[in-house]
Amino acid sequence: MPTKPEVGLFVTCLIDFFRPSAAFAAVQLLQDAGCSVTVPKAQTCCGQPAFNSGDSGDARAVARTVLKTFAPFQYVVVPSASCAGMIRHFPELFKDTEHAETAVSLAARTHELTGFLVDVLGVTSVRADFPHAAAYHDSCSALREMGIRDQPRQLLRSVTGLQLCELSDAETCCGFGGTFCVKYPEISGKMAAAKTRDITESGANTLVGPDMGCLLNMAGRLSRENSHIQVRHIAEVLAGQTAAPPIAGPETE
Amino acid sequence: MRVTSPGFKANAGRALTDPQLQKALKRLKGGFQVARLKAAEQLPEFEALRDQAREIKDFTLAHLDFYLELFEERVGFAGGKVHWAANASAAREIVLDICREAGAKKILKGKSMVTEEIGLNDHLEAHGLQVIETDLGEYIIQLRKEPPSHIIAPAIHVSKDQVSEDFRKHHTDLEPKRPLEEPRELLDEARQILREHFLTADVGITGANFLVAASGSSVIVTNEGNGDLTQTLAKTHIVVASIEKVVPTMEDCATLLRVLSRSATGQELSVYTTFSTGPRRAGDPDGPVDYHVVLLDNGRTQLLGNEFREVLRCIRCGSCMNSCPVYGAVGGHAYGWVYPGPIGAVLTPALVGVEKAWHLPSASSFCGKCEEVCPVRIPLPKLMRHWRERAFEAGKAPATQRFGLKIWSLFARRPGLYRLATRLASRLLRMLGRKRGSLSKLPLAGGWTSERDLPVPPGPTFSDLYHRRKS
Repeated sequence: MPTKPEVGLFVTCLIDFFRPSAAFAAVQLLQDAGCSVTVPKAQTCCGQPAFNSGDSGDARAVARTVLKTFAPFQYVVVPSASCAGMIRHFPELFKDTEHAETAVSLAARTHELTGFLVDVLGVTSVRADFPHAAAYHDSCSALREMGIRDQPRQLLRSVTGLQLCELSDAETCCGFGGTFCVKYPEISGKMAAAKTRDITESGANTLVGPDMGCLLNMAGRLSRENSHIQVRHIAEVLAGQTAAPPIAGPETE
Repeated sequence: MRVTSPGFKANAGRALTDPQLQKALKRLKGGFQVARLKAAEQLPEFEALRDQAREIKDFTLAHLDFYLELFEERVGFAGGKVHWAANASAAREIVLDICREAGAKKILKGKSMVTEEIGLNDHLEAHGLQVIETDLGEYIIQLRKEPPSHIIAPAIHVSKDQVSEDFRKHHTDLEPKRPLEEPRELLDEARQILREHFLTADVGITGANFLVAASGSSVIVTNEGNGDLTQTLAKTHIVVASIEKVVPTMEDCATLLRVLSRSATGQELSVYTTFSTGPRRAGDPDGPVDYHVVLLDNGRTQLLGNEFREVLRCIRCGSCMNSCPVYGAVGGHAYGWVYPGPIGAVLTPALVGVEKAWHLPSASSFCGKCEEVCPVRIPLPKLMRHWRERAFEAGKAPATQRFGLKIWSLFARRPGLYRLATRLASRLLRMLGRKRGSLSKLPLAGGWTSERDLPVPPGPTFSDLYHRRKS
């Protein structure tokens, strides 16, 4: 019998802080797919905020923690395409340093969650119920950096009762963009408004996506617009763990 | 041209609240973007052609000195002359001298971004020459005294009604009560006015989409035919082109032409693709008597040797701005100089300095659509990130951002301390807004909450919950 794939789960800072239920769901999805999952305690952030701000020094300092913590695992799985994409940038970040080799090897072993389930493990369906009309948001990093488009849709279609809605302009950015959304709030807000309009017109009552940054942005905007549409990380719906209130949603009694 | 890039934020703010501009920008999505996609789908080898196009440009850039000198030699064989301009002012002087030698009074221009880059029109006008733009879009913005807002559709920000108003204001010799509402009527009137100018021009100035080294030809693509009239009717034809426009052979040029118009407007080819090789020869029915090419460096040889080299592959199709959500939100003028959109965000800091233009590469969500559509696969987000590195080194990032990064890094590199800090922050946020699930205002978070609510964590951090559960 082949040994279980050894997965180190990189939770990401935004999920750790804003959406623990997404991380629990990711652990369950990986275990259900036959992985041995470890969540190392010594993890914080991937370093992307500094990297994209042109601050390579701080980016390297933070990314070194990721390198050290996750180097021993066969696979690093990330419930965020943006942070997985950042680890794929590590070879560039650590070029000509003592960590260059580790960076290349770690980047090659790093995957976004739904891409890992479908492409690496060959998962084609999940066992979950979610009797709602749900739209999937293609985050830019998933779509253009990690090649994730059909994988999450395939898994969502296997959820009992879920009706998958498509957004028009699905491949257009929601306006999050990391620090962009607070550096240029008016431009970001304009982009977010276009996205929430598309979400509303899709007929979905739930929005799911693979990236917490985008989800916080869209959930925050929908909340500002007093929308009834609920926002969740895709892992929650795929794992059937939807007891937590939706992102930015009020506490349930 | 005055650089207003340092005021990008204010420019963008005005653009976002300009209803006319917002209406104009909506056309981008349905127009160019859809057309490009359709053209790409209809050509099975489109992706392979993009690879070839990239290779041609990379190869040429690796041997740029050789092909530029070959081009100069071949232009000479054809009876023309090449002039080398190290910078904008040198290029302006060369053009002015040629115009003076030709005894010119009236100069006609085909559409050219590089002459915008060197501020040619203002210079020639300041020396008493009459300069007339002949591309319809350029003609309109010349009347309006505005810079172009898009590299292939310079007047995309102007409405039909505004054009009608401008024509009535400037074409005072025509019947004031003439009908002038339909696009056809506007076009006919512009054509009528420009025909007169074409027939009486002394010098025609064009840019070049490509320079073919093997034959010494300059190539322009247009949809209106104005470029042809500009360069064949006047006695003198001056081509102004930057050095990275050169390609080795006609075959290379043909490959690049196949991706250029498809990426730009979705056309298989532009309506006119015109090759100019030297002046009129004995027996030619038309063509200029003198043919000059001004080769402009203006900082490009610097780029050849640094981390921005790949930007020199650009063939100026405009697809990056057509697909850019930031350009789509604020339009071209907000960028504050000649080249807007993602390509402008990479070129402008190189040409006017990162001190003035650091906002441009900073104002990107790094969504990657520009790179996805670029016919020569320029990694625009990566190059913007390199400008952010330069800006950060130069201390250009706002103090709040630098301070924020320092604090964040202090915690993020120390997992134990980080857990403690996030535990406390989570508790604080929940105290403020757990019941509602989000906050509409929070001190120091105005950049977020001005546009959206801030979701509140539903409970302790995952790290606390998970490791507590495990133990």
